[in-house]
Amino acid sequence: MDLWDEGPKVQGSKGPKVLPAYTEGMSLLAITRQPLRAEALAADLERQVQSRGEGCGGICTFLGVVRATHQGRRVRHLEYEAFEPLALKSFARIESEVAREWPAAAIAIHHRIGRLEIGEASVVIATAASHRAEAFQACRYAIERIKQIAPIWKHEFFDDGEAWVEGATADVDDEAARQRARDIAACA
Amino acid sequence: MRVSVQLFARLRELAGQADVDCDVADGATIADVWRAVAARHPALAPYASSVSCARNEDFARMSAPVHDGDAIAFLPPVSGG
Repeated sequence: MDLWDEGPKVQGSKGPKVLPAYTEGMSLLAITRQPLRAEALAADLERQVQSRGEGCGGICTFLGVVRATHQGRRVRHLEYEAFEPLALKSFARIESEVAREWPAAAIAIHHRIGRLEIGEASVVIATAASHRAEAFQACRYAIERIKQIAPIWKHEFFDDGEAWVEGATADVDDEAARQRARDIAACA
Repeated sequence: MRVSVQLFARLRELAGQADVDCDVADGATIADVWRAVAARHPALAPYASSVSCARNEDFARMSAPVHDGDAIAFLPPVSGG
């Protein structure tokens, strides 16, 4: 069940209205076909961590956005595909890795699938921690790990053709890759 | 024994189908399943060195044994984010 499914239609005086898909308390880790809402996700995350440890002193959000060009070619739109159950497990793995590296931090990850237009967000990551350094580092770590292990694929459509983007071979046991993500995060 | 195989993204397009049933011998590994699928769909062969895999919706190694009824997934290099 996709938690971002459209809610029930409400009949009002001005005709049918679709309720906002985002509801408070929905899963912090999700794959969805609906537009992403970074602010709402950050607010949910903040509510979850405000009572934890020293409390929440900073939230870092990252949005991956559909770019209009790829290697000089003009992109018309993208389509993302995921192996959803395994992608959610990879997000849970990243969450537990973040908890190990930055015990005071918490994370939310929503990744969109289906057709996306230029400028739309494909992924939103929110990290919350008692202090900003942990929030920034955990957020950078998470996007690097998503690119390494999440079974999600980007299909680009150009004016003159299309191409699947193929990055890393997903290998959750590759400790060298995980270390690279840690090293990159340390500079965040 | 028979396992089901799921192909994603470009692998699915190259094979022309998302789901394949595959018969393999007792004691077979996921690597054996890959070889059987690639034999049927030679366009997949170039992915032998870059493909990763899952068994029953968990990441697995190509050397892992398979059992009758397992759901195997082959994943081309990923590009989320």
